[in-house]
Amino acid sequence: MILKSKDLLGLKELTAEEIEYILNTAKTMKLIVTSKNKKTPHLQGKSIITLFYENSTRTRLSFELAAKYMSASSANVSASSSSVAKGETLIDTGKTIDMMGSDVVIIRHPMSGAPHLLAKNIEASVINAGDGMNEHPTQALLDMLTIIDKKGSLEGLKIAIIGDIYHSRVARSNIWGMTKLGAQVCVAGPSTLLPPDLEKTGVKVFSTVQEALIDADVVMGLRIQLERQKKGLFPSIREYSRFFGLDKKRLKLAKDDALIMHPGPVNRGVELSSGVIDSERSLINEQVQNGVAVRMALLYILTRRDSVENIN
Amino acid sequence: MRTLIKGGHVIDVKSNINECLDILIEDGKIVEIGKDVEFVNGDIIYAEGKYVLPGLVDAHCHLRDPGQEYKEDIETGTRSAAKGGFTSIACMPNTEPVIDNQAIVKYITSKAKQEGIVNVYPIGAISKGQKGEELSEIGELKFAGAVAISDDGKPLRNSALMKKALLYSSMFDITVISHCEDLELVDEGTMNEGYTSTVLGLKGIPAAAEEIMVSRELILAEYTKIPVHIAHVSTELSVDLIRHAKSRGVNVTCETCPHYFTLTEEACEGFNTLAKVNPPLRTQKDVEAIIEGLKDGTIDIIATDHAPHHQDEKNVEFAIAANGMVGFETALPLSITYLVKPGHITMEQLVEKMCVNPSKILGLNKGSLEIGSSADLTIIDIDEEYVVDINQFSSKSKNSPFDGFKVQGAVYYTIVNGNVVVREKVLL
Repeated sequence: MILKSKDLLGLKELTAEEIEYILNTAKTMKLIVTSKNKKTPHLQGKSIITLFYENSTRTRLSFELAAKYMSASSANVSASSSSVAKGETLIDTGKTIDMMGSDVVIIRHPMSGAPHLLAKNIEASVINAGDGMNEHPTQALLDMLTIIDKKGSLEGLKIAIIGDIYHSRVARSNIWGMTKLGAQVCVAGPSTLLPPDLEKTGVKVFSTVQEALIDADVVMGLRIQLERQKKGLFPSIREYSRFFGLDKKRLKLAKDDALIMHPGPVNRGVELSSGVIDSERSLINEQVQNGVAVRMALLYILTRRDSVENIN
Repeated sequence: MRTLIKGGHVIDVKSNINECLDILIEDGKIVEIGKDVEFVNGDIIYAEGKYVLPGLVDAHCHLRDPGQEYKEDIETGTRSAAKGGFTSIACMPNTEPVIDNQAIVKYITSKAKQEGIVNVYPIGAISKGQKGEELSEIGELKFAGAVAISDDGKPLRNSALMKKALLYSSMFDITVISHCEDLELVDEGTMNEGYTSTVLGLKGIPAAAEEIMVSRELILAEYTKIPVHIAHVSTELSVDLIRHAKSRGVNVTCETCPHYFTLTEEACEGFNTLAKVNPPLRTQKDVEAIIEGLKDGTIDIIATDHAPHHQDEKNVEFAIAANGMVGFETALPLSITYLVKPGHITMEQLVEKMCVNPSKILGLNKGSLEIGSSADLTIIDIDEEYVVDINQFSSKSKNSPFDGFKVQGAVYYTIVNGNVVVREKVLL
């Protein structure tokens, strides 16, 4: 099997079969991540570039390690988001990288659709490592892998995503991916942070955290950005935490074996209480580990497109 | 110099003509209309099977001259207009520098006389620099040749200044055109707020941002009893509000543009920056309401909002892409294909909305084929079907979301002051 597209721009564009194929490949890759000898020749001779217009610790590191574990040459380009407006255009930067012989360009960008623009204009495969409020597909894939590890499948699960849904590319990617694999996604957050017409995507939208949590199999908190408060989207962190923070008491509404997740970095005591973060049900650390496996799987799948096509 | 247009289906709302007649033009004027007009010496245009209309009048376009000639200039802009059947166009003041003083008005009118091939009427700015702070010299703008005032592209945030603009401009009998947008509600929005913006993860512009400002202008027009013209209406509620105001006797007129009765927000899918425009493309129910407003006369004008942009300003991330699309060369075929052919409006209504009303609202003395009027005519075949090809556009810019659209309605002749500028679909 190969993916239809040369790029991974979002889960919105993928079929359920393609998502399952990536997740199954990631399961194999996880064996490498957890083994003592983390070196395979899968990407030998391949060139991987990370092009980040926004800060990132875990996503970037996890892509870099994924490339290195599989013997690729990798390099980083950092661009401050201010240089987007006044400096070189994205397409020109992309073409420059393309001409240096890169096979995969991994891009993070503050504007939705930037990876799509890049993908249209360069030969290399493009992986979206987060674009504006649109998608963060590798995060959602690692979230799904983490859930499948524990629950066997996503089919029929009730998954509650709590917080700033409006600005969240993690929420959007998870909504597309999880819904395609048969889960029921429920969201709750301050009504100023819910995007319009979200229920048309098949998601259940609640105005209280309690309603969303009832009988949930998985509870995912999203990071709340402090600057949203200045824009008047919610009055204070204190009030946010009081009405939407996840603590042990509130989580009693979910199933007894409900899993707790968060894409990180967590504001301790705001989205999740420290007790919840450090509890046995919290999968925050497993998520990080699976992140490397998912990214290895994607690099492997996208770089072998040519050889698979040649065999076919 | 005489020209006879023979056997075309002539529509002139003002002189109540809607039949096949000959038109004789002499020295730039229409001198005779009738059956089998006697004719010796001169140019004969055979127009059988075609419609002969008053030259189209565009109440809203951007010529980018002075200041942004890499997008368009008066020569290319007027050539593009002529190719689309327009004989008179009114250009918005958001140039560099802004048309907020008589020198810029005179620059445009004199350059248009030298290089333009259609009639060009500048619209002055309401406020100096379009900054929304102080009124520009509206009287001087008027006497230099401005036909209206508008801060198009930027709304007047300050309601008190809008009230003063209405009062002050009424002294000079110059039309005030309002670009309706509540900038706080727009915030960082880049497309219509709704399902598509949610799916694309783009910040939305709510319909309310337009409607609140439309309401304000209607209230101010009623309060001051001074007419106001609302630019590019795009939402259902805006149409309803204007319909209601008209029923109360408020002296309000308004326009829409072809993209608001042909496209919805879904055109932005795939981050298609060609569909990025302000006000943004809305939803199907808005499209239907716009068509209803055109049918019942609530919407007076179909304007192009011709907004040329260089490809480098469109081939970027959606959030920073320029707003707007070129419109001269698609406005008529889109109106025929989406309004006339499906039976929403008649050819006479089309003439009202693209000739009579824009001329009347801007006080141009155009839009009619009466004997003695200047010979501005457009001859079109409304049945000819073709595919829109942006590479055939005469505009400097090609930013149109309609490339590849199958349309009906071809401009065969454009005649300006008796001069043929488009002959047999070819720009001369």
